[in-house]
Parts: sequence; structure tokens; C-alpha cells
Amino acid sequence: MMNRGPIIEVQHLTKRYGHHAAVDDVSFTVERGEIVGLLGPNGAGKSTIMRILACYLPATSGAARVAGLDVFRDADGVRRRIAYMPENNPLHPDMRVREYLKFRARLKGLSTVASRERVDVVTEECGLTDVSRKIIGTLSKGYRQRVGLADALVHEPELIILDEPTIGLDPRQIRAVRQLVKNLGQRHTVLVSSHILPEIEMTCERVLILRAGKILAADSTANLQQRMTGHGQVLAEIAAPAPDVRACFEALPAVEHCEVASGDGAFCSCVLTARPGVDLRPVVFDAALAHGWALRELTRTRHSLEDIFMQITRTDREEEETP
Amino acid sequence: MRQYRTLVRREFSGYFLSLNGYIVLAAVLLLLGGSFILMLVNGRGMAFNAPLTEVFYKTAFFWMIVLLASPVITMRLFAQEKFSGTFEALMTTPVSDLQVVLAKFTAALLFYVVIWLPMLVCLQIVHRYTQPGEPFEWWPTASTFLGVLLIGCLYVAMGCLASALTRSQIIAATIGFALGTSLFILGFLTYGITAGSGWLTRVAPYISVIEHMQDFARGVVDTRRIVFYLSGTVFFLFLTLKVVESRRWK
Repeated sequence: MMNRGPIIEVQHLTKRYGHHAAVDDVSFTVERGEIVGLLGPNGAGKSTIMRILACYLPATSGAARVAGLDVFRDADGVRRRIAYMPENNPLHPDMRVREYLKFRARLKGLSTVASRERVDVVTEECGLTDVSRKIIGTLSKGYRQRVGLADALVHEPELIILDEPTIGLDPRQIRAVRQLVKNLGQRHTVLVSSHILPEIEMTCERVLILRAGKILAADSTANLQQRMTGHGQVLAEIAAPAPDVRACFEALPAVEHCEVASGDGAFCSCVLTARPGVDLRPVVFDAALAHGWALRELTRTRHSLEDIFMQITRTDREEEETP
Repeated sequence: MRQYRTLVRREFSGYFLSLNGYIVLAAVLLLLGGSFILMLVNGRGMAFNAPLTEVFYKTAFFWMIVLLASPVITMRLFAQEKFSGTFEALMTTPVSDLQVVLAKFTAALLFYVVIWLPMLVCLQIVHRYTQPGEPFEWWPTASTFLGVLLIGCLYVAMGCLASALTRSQIIAATIGFALGTSLFILGFLTYGITAGSGWLTRVAPYISVIEHMQDFARGVVDTRRIVFYLSGTVFFLFLTLKVVESRRWK
């Protein structure tokens, strides 16, 4: 389209309800074609940001632009360019799938002919062909979610905003929806929120971690993981008396911290924390070789986003737990 | 315009997709039937000197339909959508708040008209079995329906406002009913205050729904009444629009 700038530009966005700031001075941009995840505990302001971007709520202060259009002044233009699936994916349970999609397509301004064509396309894309004549109220949650996604796609939006798209689904359905979202990312820009971390980790290229209305971290998933693996931990199982092993590792300069527990039989299990920037695996192997100990397991634990998330939001949880 | 038509169609068909609409239809049929029987019983087989529609409207059931059906028809318009969350999905499509309000009002009004259609059948039956050869009273029938429609506009608009105010359909129906009944009861002021020439005495006839309807049932179409109902409708729809917009003021 004519505008090639970032699809979302948010500057100093604040949303207050009374004295409580649901979103507090948030700024970020999303480039076209990205899949960006908004991650945060419940009540962190994810939904509020999404609602502001979808022109459902106005911001108290700050500016948000979608495809170069101001969400407050050009709400109609923004709504034509985006698709927004609210939390819990509300649908009209009394309508049939096809009827509902056509209704939504017409609401979004498509002509009769265009809406028929697009409904055919999205029905196919989202795997709804078998249920297109069924009443939405009788569908399983997984299918309803697909109906919601089909609705989001029907007018070929530039930006798709999904608020907790996998909430309440079983693992198989979650996987299916995740795959759909990933596929969407090939042709659209997607902003997806979740408080489930593996979710974001698997689908998104970039993450914004929110807490209490503020952005705590914004980086690519890979970078965030790298930031953590500097302090990587190594698991090892070694056939030797636990005190000997402990003494050996405590003497090594590369090991910052070690925990050794006697495991089953002759083996004891060790959890070793390395000094920043050191890979402990060869060190452990050399040590075992030097002492003639048998080595059964040697793994580096990769930090999942979950750890990062817990670490970043830890202060918050501690504050909450003290009173 | 396209969105408006789509929304009207969706809202109107919504009445027939759920049990809700059929229950209202059945209840109104029951009341109309009661009205019809009362009319026949009161006539005692004798001729009366008034248009049939006037006799019809004087039965209590007539007002029960107006007062009860309109809040029940309108209660779901906004409240249900707000409750289920579809309102958010609706308001993030490129439709304006005005289109939404007008479409919902139109659909409810259409359904309100549909529930009154059986009255035509009642009138036709009476016409058929009495005084053969007499022409059907078209004019009083038409003006009665105009009256029913105008009152319906106002009451449906009140119901829209009530529904926009809350997420609960029960509360919406209650508020709608309270608004409608209040206006109805105010109409009794005309009978209560006859002496004196205070402002109340002068104002009362202008807001007396009962008086107005009596005129319409007699075949009298007074432009003052039309202006009253239409302006009332616009006023309540305006309030509804402001309530819908108010989510942006918070």
C-alpha cells in the first residue's frame, strides 16, 4: 500500500481508569510482516493496549498510529485496515458459520460478491469447510476459534490483533491455532497477546514483556534467550561420591555455583552455574576424565522465556507477597 | 448504508433465530386474543356506536402489549451484545455508532410492527361476521396502526436507551418498563387534575399516551401527537447514541 512505514507506532501511550494507570507511558513500534507477542501477567495492560489500537477505547494521553493513521482521529480508516479478535472470541451463537462470516464481511464493507468470494477463501484457509453450515453455538471451542480467525481474515487486513487466541483450548487445538497464527504471519502483521509463555515463544519473532502497564523488556525471542544463557546452567550426572564431586567443582574457577545431590545408585547429579560467557560442558567433561569418573548426562539448560519472564517480573511478585 | 442494512437484517433475524422472539410473539397473541374475546363479550352481540378499533384499544390487554412487549423486544439489543462481548467485536468494525443505534432501533421497531399484525386479523374476523355488506373501516384501522407505530417508536427508543445502559437483559427490561410505565401513568394526570388552570393542567394532555391513542383509535390524526412521538423518539435515540459513545469519554 502507499504507506511503507511501521504498521504500529505507539508513543507515550497512557490509559488511566480513575487513578489507576492500566497502561503507563508505553512506546513501541511494530514493523510490517512481524509477529509480535505481548506478554504479561493478567492485568498487565495487554488487552487495554489492544483495545486502544482497535479504536475501541481512547487513550488518556499519548499517540497511537496504525498504518500511519491516528487511532482516535481516523478510527474508521484504522478499523478498515485491521482485524481485532477480542479475548474469549465472542461470536453470535445463534448464527451459522457461513452466515456469520458473510455478516461480518458485509459489516467490514465488502460488497455482496466480494464477501461471498472472501468467505469461501477463509472458510477453506481455516479448515471450516465441513462445518460451514453448522450453528456456531454447537461447535467445539477449537472450531469457534477458527471461526474467529476466519472472521479476522475475511477483509484482508494489514494488521491482525489477537487477544489471547488460545485461551481455554486443549493442547491439540492450541497447536492448530498456533500453526494458523504462524501461517498468518507470512502475509500479515500479527500482534498477539498471551500470558502463556511457550505460546509466544513458539509463534512470535519479537516479544514485549509488560508488567503493571509498563514495558519491561522488548526484544526478539532469540536475543532474550541469549541474554539469559550467559548465565547458563549445566546438568551433569557423574558416578562418584558426592563430596568428592563437590570439592572438585568448587575448586574450578569457571564454576560460580554448584549443587550436588546423591542420586540413584553410584551416580550423583550436579547442577552447575557458570560464570558469564563460559560454556561449562567441556570443563565438566575434562574434570570427569581427569578423575576417571563415569559421566552419564551432560546438558546445558536453555532458558525458556518462562525463566526470563519470571526473572523480570519477580520483583512484582515479591512485592505482592510481602503484605 | 450497506452496513446499516446488514445490521438491521442481522438484528431482525435474531428475533427469529432465538426462542426469545417466538415467546414474545406467542405472549402477544395470547393478549390480543384476550383483547378480542373481551371485545366480543363486552359487545354482548349488540351494535355499538364507535369504531371497532376504539373498542379494541379500550381493553386493558392493549396497553399490556404496549407496556410489556416493547421492553422485552428491546432488552437484548445492546445488553446481550455487551454481556457476550460481541459488542466489542461489532464496534471495532468500520461501522459508526449512529449506524449501530439506528439499525438496532429499526430492527426492534420492525419486530414490534410484526407482533401487532394479528390485530388486523381480529378486526377482519369481526368485520366478516357482523353486518355483511358494510365496508371495512379502513381509516380508523390505519390511524390506529399509525398510533400503535408512533407509540412503538417512542417506547422502542426508550427500550434502546435502557438496553444501552447495562449489560444485564433483566435490568434493561426493568428500566425500559419503568420508563414506559412512568410515561403511561403520567397520562392519568389528565383525569386527576381537572380543576384549575395551572401549567400541569395544560401540559398533561400533551403527554397523555392514553388520550392520544384514543384519538388515533377514533380515526383522528393530530399532527401535535405525531410531533410529540417523533421528537420523543429522536430524543431517546440521541441519548442512546451518547451512552454508546460514552465508552470513549472514560
